[in-house]
Amino acid sequence: MTAPLLQVENLATHFMTRSGPLKAVDGVSFSVQPGEIVGLVGESGSGKSVTGFSILGLIDPPGRIAGGSVKLAGEELVGLPPSALRAIRGRRISMVFQDPSATLNPVLTIGHQMRLAIEAHETVGEKAARDRAAEALLRVGIPDAARRLDAHPHQFSGGMRQRVAIAIALLNRPALIICDEPTTALDVSIQAQILTEMKALARDLGTAMIWISHDLATVSSIASRLLVMYAGRIIEEGPVADVLRAPHHPYTAGLLASLPANAEPGQDLVQIPGSTPSLFALPPGCAFSPRCPHARPQCGTMPDLVREGARGVRCHFPLEIRGRA
Amino acid sequence: MIGFVIHRVMQAVVVMAVISLLVFIGVYAIGNPIDVLISPDATQQMREDAIRAYGLDQPLWKQYLDFVTRLLHGDFGRSFVYNMPVLELIGSRLPATTELALAAVMGATLLGVPLGMYAGYRPESGLAKAIMAISILGFSVPTFWIGLVLIFTFAVQLGWLPAGGRGDTAMLFGIEWSFLTRNGLTHLFLPALNLSLFKFAMMVRLARAGTRETMLTDTVKFARAAGESEWTILSRHVLRLIAIPIVTVFGLELGSTLAFAVVTETIFSWPGVGKLIIDSISSLDRPVMVAYLMLVAFFFILINLAVDLSYAALDPRLRARRA
Ligand SMILES: Nc1ncnc2c1ncn2[C@@H]1O[C@H](COP(=O)(O)OP(=O)(O)OP(=O)(O)O)[C@@H](O)[C@H]1O
Ligand SMILES: [Mg+2]
Repeated sequence: MTAPLLQVENLATHFMTRSGPLKAVDGVSFSVQPGEIVGLVGESGSGKSVTGFSILGLIDPPGRIAGGSVKLAGEELVGLPPSALRAIRGRRISMVFQDPSATLNPVLTIGHQMRLAIEAHETVGEKAARDRAAEALLRVGIPDAARRLDAHPHQFSGGMRQRVAIAIALLNRPALIICDEPTTALDVSIQAQILTEMKALARDLGTAMIWISHDLATVSSIASRLLVMYAGRIIEEGPVADVLRAPHHPYTAGLLASLPANAEPGQDLVQIPGSTPSLFALPPGCAFSPRCPHARPQCGTMPDLVREGARGVRCHFPLEIRGRA
Repeated sequence: MIGFVIHRVMQAVVVMAVISLLVFIGVYAIGNPIDVLISPDATQQMREDAIRAYGLDQPLWKQYLDFVTRLLHGDFGRSFVYNMPVLELIGSRLPATTELALAAVMGATLLGVPLGMYAGYRPESGLAKAIMAISILGFSVPTFWIGLVLIFTFAVQLGWLPAGGRGDTAMLFGIEWSFLTRNGLTHLFLPALNLSLFKFAMMVRLARAGTRETMLTDTVKFARAAGESEWTILSRHVLRLIAIPIVTVFGLELGSTLAFAVVTETIFSWPGVGKLIIDSISSLDRPVMVAYLMLVAFFFILINLAVDLSYAALDPRLRARRA
């Protein structure tokens, strides 16, 4: 195994709210190898975005990184001064968000926004900046790129807008891109296109990716390894194919069963009973236990994340052992 | 865009026509101008001659038509009091008001917007709280009172600045301006400061609210994720995103200051149109009142048009909608 590009250990990010500290991310550990695509799935509010922002050091008050470490190629990022973090953002790690019509600045031309992203890290001439921007647009499949630099975001379709955002994220050839549900706001057909293109881009450029989504199907089609988050913790991890074939955690199994593709025709979709718990009122022990069909008294204590080979699960009674084995 | 401008110019013509009617009714038709024009001890014959001479025996619609025809020929009549053409009279006073209004509104904007943006960017900081405290003062203390305090402090007690008048002026484009001389500037400073406090308060609030809101958007998050500096984010992204309400208020304030700087002009004996209109009302100098009101309406139309055009420059989405 090569040295990891990104190593997150025991990351804890808390928000100081009026009703007390909210542990949005509570002891998350994982690593990303160079060029690897890691999928991060979980329900809304499970802490996926906060994990992504924590890696970039973009947690604003009342939030703060309460503990843990984030190492990029061995260098610790937690606690770096703002200027040092800024030099890393966009150049070594960049991020793409969910809604491209909200991320791009509506009143600046695409070319202007791309130049700002380049100038954040180096001094370039007007012409050189334009050339590089046009090249980046071409790479993400925007035809007539040189002319489109003078267009404003509203002159692009939703899918094209997201391509522009991806082009901006790629401008400085980062080693890692954090994609926070970049296809959720798009049409299904465009979703599939962008997914395929991103996968090819990552392979060609050797860029590693953390692909965040609440949709297990999307993540599975792009990532090679899967992290499943629940209530601020990773509860299962492993190679995508293995996890899909034999989920260890009852929550992952529930997610899988609720995929439309796994439903019998004409039958209702399977749902996980209950709803996402409030982070203020987590049960003692396993956060999923109140909704878990297999819960037993022992689930009132917190299970550890047990790793075995490439797989890991945070459950006292993992499914493999009881069910299919 | 051309179509938009033509549309707006036609709108402006209609608005001016309506205003002229209102001004006519307000100033000419209500009350009897004859009582002012001739002495109370004139004979009945002299009175009727005068009525005929001024066309006051004609039906109202005919009088209005005459009035409009004269306006269209640029004939606003002569001032009863100064006995000179009204346009010339107003023209001689307008530069004073223009420079005062511009100095006040521009000063308020150039200072208020950056300070307001800072207050929105770091709302918890001590400086932000100080800025907001000043803006509350600017909102709540009446202008005339501040004017008197300024004169008392800086002119009477400290003797640093003159209490009134325009001071020395210099010619530019055939017009006398105070801001071109050192002495004129010292005269301009206090009245401009007086007028600008309220506008400053407003600009601070606008910029602060806009910045607070914009800082939370994904646009700013995305720019930060690209490694852009906080200065770039504020000066390139946020300022452009909050520009529209600021330009709007800039235009409205410029218009209303040009029209209604009366109080400050009176306190600082600044010889502008505000003082002229107050004098003309007290001496019932109707041609001056009419011309002034028409001029104010015209200014507002012009400023609104400029503001609308700048919207298109500031927000490409609006440009697209109008094309
Ligand atoms: N600025 C904030 N202040 C307070 N709480 C926050 C803040 N940002 C996030 N949280 C909380 O942190 C938790 C995790 O949020 P996060 O955005 O990471 O969820 P997510 O997994 O990305 O969900 P989604 O799929 O909806 O994007 C949520 O409970 C959320 O309410
Ligand atoms: Mg999210």
